[in-house]
Amino acid sequence: MVKERFTFVFSPDTYAKPVTYHLVKDFDLRINILRAEITPGEEGHLLAEIEGEEDNLCRALEFLAAESIEVIPTTKQVTVRQEECVHCGACTAVCFSGAMAMNREEWKMEFRPEKCIVCGLCIEACPLRIISVGFGGGKT
Amino acid sequence: MAKTFAEINAKIKKGEAVVLTAEEVVRMADEQGLKAMAEKVDVVTTATFGPMCSSGAFVNFGHSDPPIKMAKVWLNQVPAYTGIAAVDAYIGATELAEGREDYGGAHVIEELVAGGKIRLKAVAQGTDCYPRKELEGYISKESINEAFLFNPRNAYQNYVAATNSTNRILYTYMGMLLPKFGNVTYSTSGQLSPLLNDPYLRTIGVGTRIFLGGTQGYVAWHGTQHNPGKARGENGVPVGGAGTLSLIGDLKAMTTEYLKAAVFKNYGVSMFVGVGIPIPMLDEDMARFVTVRDREIKTTLLDYGVPGRSRPTLKVVDYEELKSGFVELNGRKVRTAPLSSIFKARRIAVTLKEWIERGEFLLQEPAAPLPADATVKPLDVKELD
Repeated sequence: MVKERFTFVFSPDTYAKPVTYHLVKDFDLRINILRAEITPGEEGHLLAEIEGEEDNLCRALEFLAAESIEVIPTTKQVTVRQEECVHCGACTAVCFSGAMAMNREEWKMEFRPEKCIVCGLCIEACPLRIISVGFGGGKT
Repeated sequence: MAKTFAEINAKIKKGEAVVLTAEEVVRMADEQGLKAMAEKVDVVTTATFGPMCSSGAFVNFGHSDPPIKMAKVWLNQVPAYTGIAAVDAYIGATELAEGREDYGGAHVIEELVAGGKIRLKAVAQGTDCYPRKELEGYISKESINEAFLFNPRNAYQNYVAATNSTNRILYTYMGMLLPKFGNVTYSTSGQLSPLLNDPYLRTIGVGTRIFLGGTQGYVAWHGTQHNPGKARGENGVPVGGAGTLSLIGDLKAMTTEYLKAAVFKNYGVSMFVGVGIPIPMLDEDMARFVTVRDREIKTTLLDYGVPGRSRPTLKVVDYEELKSGFVELNGRKVRTAPLSSIFKARRIAVTLKEWIERGEFLLQEPAAPLPADATVKPLDVKELD
C-alpha cells in the first residue's frame, strides 16, 4: 500500500469528468479530498490524499494522463529556501498539517512536504519570505 | 569566592577562563551543585535572535562636489531621517519603501551589510555653503564613511505571549494569530536570554561589551520603555516585558547571518537582531541568576483580539510549557510557536564563548549602571483647546 498527496489540475475541457469516481471504482483507491477550487469555465485544482496498491496507483496516474488531467505531487508544490531559514518558527504557528514543525532538540524548522495540504498560510507567515507555494498556477 | 571583572579578564588574557553558555551552566549546576559550579565557571554567555523593531543605523555619506545639505533622503526608495548634519542620516528598520509593504529600512541595512549597492536619492533647498539641490546614484558600505547600528530598544527582558479570541486571523508583530485561540506565539530565547540571566542588571550597564550582529558592540544606554519596576517572581525574574537595552555597534563589521530583515504581513517590516551578552560569575548570587531554567521564567498570555492598550491576561505561563509545543487554555491544548530563533541564539552564545576562550573578547565593567527605578508612562495627551 502507498499513500501520496497530489494536486489534479483540470482545464475547462476536463473539469466535468467524474475523476474521483473512476479512481475509486476502477482502481480501488481511497481518496481523501483535502482542498478543492473548481470554477466552471476556468482552471480547477483538487488536492487529495490517495491510498492504495502501488500498481493501481500507477495505472490510475496513466488514466489521468490519458484524460489530459495534470497531476502534481504536493511534495513538488511547496518550496522552502532552507539555506536562508533562520529557524524563527513563525511558519509553524500557522501550519495545521504539521508540515512545518520545530525540532525541539535543535530548534530547527523541519519541513515535511508529504504532510503539506498547500493551504498557503506559511507564505504569509514567513518573515523572510522564503516559502513559495503553487496550488497549480495560483499563489507563489 | 567573589571574583571581580579584572580577575576574570586576567584569566581570559591567559586563556584560562572557564566559559559556558547559559544552557550548559544549568546542566553543570545540576551535576555538580551550584557552589562547585560557581567556583569553576568565570563567564556565562547568553544570547537572543528575535525581531526587534526599535533598530536602525546612522550613516554618513560623505560630501559630493558641489556639496549638498540633504533635506530628504531615500535609500532604495526607503525614506531616511536627515534632520541632522548635511550628509548624516538615520535609516530606521521599520520605515517602508514608498508604495511597498514588503521592503523597508531593515532590508536596506541588510543589503548594506551584505556589501550590495544601495540607490541613494537626496534633495535639498540649496544654500550658499551647500549649493547642490539634487543627487542620485549608488553607494555601498565601502563608499560611505561611518555606518553604525544604533538600536533604541533591544534585548527585551521577557515579553508577553500572544493569542487571539476573535473570529478572524490577526496579523501582528507577534506573527499570524489564528482565530478562536488557534495558536499562541512567544518571542524570547528563555533560559538563554541575556537579561533573564541577570534579572537586576547587576553586571550589565552603560559600556558593557557585547556581541551585536556578528561583531563586538556595546550597551549605549538603557533602552526605551525600560521598566525595571515590573512585577517579579520569587527568583527576581520579571513576569512580562521589563528591562531593555539601547545598543550600538559598527554596522560595517556585522554579518547578515546575525542581522536579517523581517516582514510581518499587514504589520510591516522589522529586523532580526543577534545579541549576545557575557555575564561574569561574580559570586553565588550571580550563579543562582545564571542557572535560571525555562520553567522558572513566567510570562503573561495576552489576548491580542482586544484592540486596547490594556489587553486582558488570560493566563500566566512558563517557558517550559511554551517551548513544549502546547499550552493548556480554556481546557484545550493550544499549539505554541516561537518567533525568536533559539537555533541562532545558541550559535551566538557559542560564538561569544569561543571569542572569550580565545582571548579576543574581554569583559567590560559598566561605566554607569542602568536605572533601577524607571517606569513606563502611557500616552494620555492633553486634549487640544
